[in-house]
Amino acid sequence: MLAESLVLAGLIFVLGTLGVIVRRNAIIMFLCIELQLNAVNLTFVAFSRYVGIEGQIFVFFVMTVAAAEAAVGLAIIISIFRHYETVNVDNFNLLKW
Amino acid sequence: MTETLFFVFAAVAVGSSVGVVVSRSPVASLLFMVASLASTAGIFVLLEAHFLAAIQIMVYAGAIMVLFLFVIMLLNLGHEYRRDIRGNVAMIIGFAVTGGIGGLLARQLGSGTAGLEALGTGDAIDAALREHGAVGAIARPLFTDYVVAFELTGILLLVAIVGALLLAKKAS
Repeated sequence: MLAESLVLAGLIFVLGTLGVIVRRNAIIMFLCIELQLNAVNLTFVAFSRYVGIEGQIFVFFVMTVAAAEAAVGLAIIISIFRHYETVNVDNFNLLKW
Repeated sequence: MTETLFFVFAAVAVGSSVGVVVSRSPVASLLFMVASLASTAGIFVLLEAHFLAAIQIMVYAGAIMVLFLFVIMLLNLGHEYRRDIRGNVAMIIGFAVTGGIGGLLARQLGSGTAGLEALGTGDAIDAALREHGAVGAIARPLFTDYVVAFELTGILLLVAIVGALLLAKKAS
């Protein structure tokens, strides 16, 4: 089942990458980044089935970092929305206001 | 049985991932994401990672996705059905990059999976699960060998909370 899991993780990762590149909505771009993280988690779990429990511990840490990243990223989106009244990334072209 | 279940979960995961990328409404996108995470949790169970499957459902699909939903509702973006897919240039770049990554992965896997079988049979994990249970098998290394990293993630979460509060609060 290892090879099949790796193929599935590759597919999901590629879909996430495509989403980050082609969408304009900042929240959906964030969701696609979560999709990529999830694909990586699947790879770790698939390898940990055959190599050792350490892969699962790494997935635990990846999930923590994903939670922290989601909290800070959504706070940034809220703060940008207050200023521009949109979450469309085409409208964000200044680093400072 | 396991194989059939795996392919069912895999089909749902890939289908709902496509849904995340193509749906116009952010709320529909988010619900597809929950379906994708839930079916990945099913695959975690098939790979004997029971604790992570539970965490995936409770923390990822439950807490983090609800946080996203809160933000969508707070900013009142649920009614945005306008097409926000980028133009032709970004489409070409997107398909080139994803085609490149997909091609590399296919080439790597196509060159043979003999190396994967040499990794091991998973007897060590089965023994650990039998001896300590699904939670104990993860908890023992987490609180002994990796305890420093575990404490550091606590600090990371604290920093994230402070940062999120500071960024999201109204400028006075």
